[in-house]
Amino acid sequence: MNIKQSIQRLPQKLPKGRHWVISAPYLWLLVFFILPFFFVGKISVSEAELAIPPYTPMFAWEENQLNITLNFGNYLWLLEDPIYIQAYLNSISMAFWSTVLCLLIGFPMAYAIAKAPKEQQAIWLLLVLLPSWTSFLIRVYAWMGLLKNNGLINNGLMWLGIIDDPIQMINTNFAVYIGIVYSYLPFMVLPLYANLVKHDDSLLEAASDLGANKLTCFFRITLPLSFNGIVAGSMLVFIPAVGEYVIPELLGGTETIMIGKVLWQEFFNNRDWPVASALAVIMIVILIVPITLFHRYQNKEVSQ
Amino acid sequence: MTASTEKRGSFSFATFSFSKFMFWAGIAFLYLPMLVLVVYSFNESRLVTVWAGFSTKWYFELFEDQQIMNAVWRSVEIAFCSATAAVILAIFASIVMVRIKKFRTRTLFTGSITAPLVMPDVIIGLSMLLLFVAMGQYIGWPAERGMLTVWIAHTTFCLAYSTVVISSRLMEMDRSIEEAALDLGANQLEAFVKITLPIIFPAILSAWLLSFTLSLDDVVIASFVTGPGATTLPIEVFSSVRLGVTPKINALATLIILAVIIVSLATWFATKRINDRMKQSMAN
Repeated sequence: MNIKQSIQRLPQKLPKGRHWVISAPYLWLLVFFILPFFFVGKISVSEAELAIPPYTPMFAWEENQLNITLNFGNYLWLLEDPIYIQAYLNSISMAFWSTVLCLLIGFPMAYAIAKAPKEQQAIWLLLVLLPSWTSFLIRVYAWMGLLKNNGLINNGLMWLGIIDDPIQMINTNFAVYIGIVYSYLPFMVLPLYANLVKHDDSLLEAASDLGANKLTCFFRITLPLSFNGIVAGSMLVFIPAVGEYVIPELLGGTETIMIGKVLWQEFFNNRDWPVASALAVIMIVILIVPITLFHRYQNKEVSQ
Repeated sequence: MTASTEKRGSFSFATFSFSKFMFWAGIAFLYLPMLVLVVYSFNESRLVTVWAGFSTKWYFELFEDQQIMNAVWRSVEIAFCSATAAVILAIFASIVMVRIKKFRTRTLFTGSITAPLVMPDVIIGLSMLLLFVAMGQYIGWPAERGMLTVWIAHTTFCLAYSTVVISSRLMEMDRSIEEAALDLGANQLEAFVKITLPIIFPAILSAWLLSFTLSLDDVVIASFVTGPGATTLPIEVFSSVRLGVTPKINALATLIILAVIIVSLATWFATKRINDRMKQSMAN
């Protein structure tokens, strides 16, 4: 029997196991990933209450009447207080610039790995990925010790005589940028490498035969070809960075108002679950476009 | 011909050196902070910035800290269970991603598989908690939050990472061997267990380890969905780190870094050996 026949035979055999194969992970995702978002939406339109759980019910059955209460006060509240809008804008701009920095550092790194001898590539890639397997929390914590006023960087610069007084680095936006770039750099390098390693070098040869210099080659061949990898890597950095909580909490200061931190405070410190939910809903709305982009280019990359 | 090869040679050499420089600079950026941490974990002084001589006293203090040690075992237990559950579900999900191309609502499926990769932790944590609270209210389960709810939450996001790792290996796999087995009379299940599973085993192993470390590392999601008495190690570390730099945490960090390096190098060699052996047996 040849391959063609066996492929033709496959569909008849599949259906039995097929349903199980699909439904096990699907059910898990439906219950534990998709369903939760409905509850976020629901609680964002309820009112905060001193109760367990601390919000008012949406449906009430009183005197043969079903009362559905939708309270949009939480959203209005977010619009009225400039601190929330400021937090969204701040998060987006910090995530954007961190992504640009990651791309500028990560692209040449991915390029170097992709162009390294085949047998060395795995080791170089391992070198980049290894830090991301050691605790994220601990790597952010390592920067706390380096960036402090009496930390290693300030002490070193003063010892060298470059500065006389320590530069305030920790508890600033600068420290948050370092933290984000440091933590998310491997997530930029990985998809870029996966893309760059597939490029066909004969295109570059052809271009240089036709008289293109190396810059022209890069901007007109390598860069356009790596577009899918750039989008996938950038989204892998940008989206989680928008909602980052640990890095601004440990390295940022009072000037660093990021939405993840605000959400955390509303939830844990103010115990205002409805406002925290409303903050999350708006964050999801903002992130829908980048998440769709990521999904699309991730799929394109996979199907190539 | 000679002219073109010369040009190509000079082209790749020039770019290569710049990107190579950036690569090693990037590696230095990634490793130096951790190296400093390791060095200062052996510092005698309580002040992290002043070097006062070599000492291992912080390691002894760490092992005597019962609260931290309890948190370590709790976290390992959760990570073990989450990684195992996530990998089992991910094997199914990978088959769907790679081999079952057409069914209704497939877009929803692939979308919700990859979305947790990028979704901010605070959103996953908050939405999971609200689900558990609502479920507790309506169906009485889970009655309280603790290790079970952390396990469910971790399995969900580990599933996403595991599926990416396993499905990329499954995609590269040469299906003709499996088809040969089917031709020789094996049924789908037999062919999968005897042929496909061993071939994708290196990916399963790395997916499990990746999930294990991800679960061991998560602080934000666990903070939302955990309950009294189920504090994980990252939550413990986070609350002490928030107050400032402490030498005990340096010692803990060093041990974690050491463990990760040993485990990942071991896995790397193991998968390399499996791959080499497989290639060899294919060639014979």
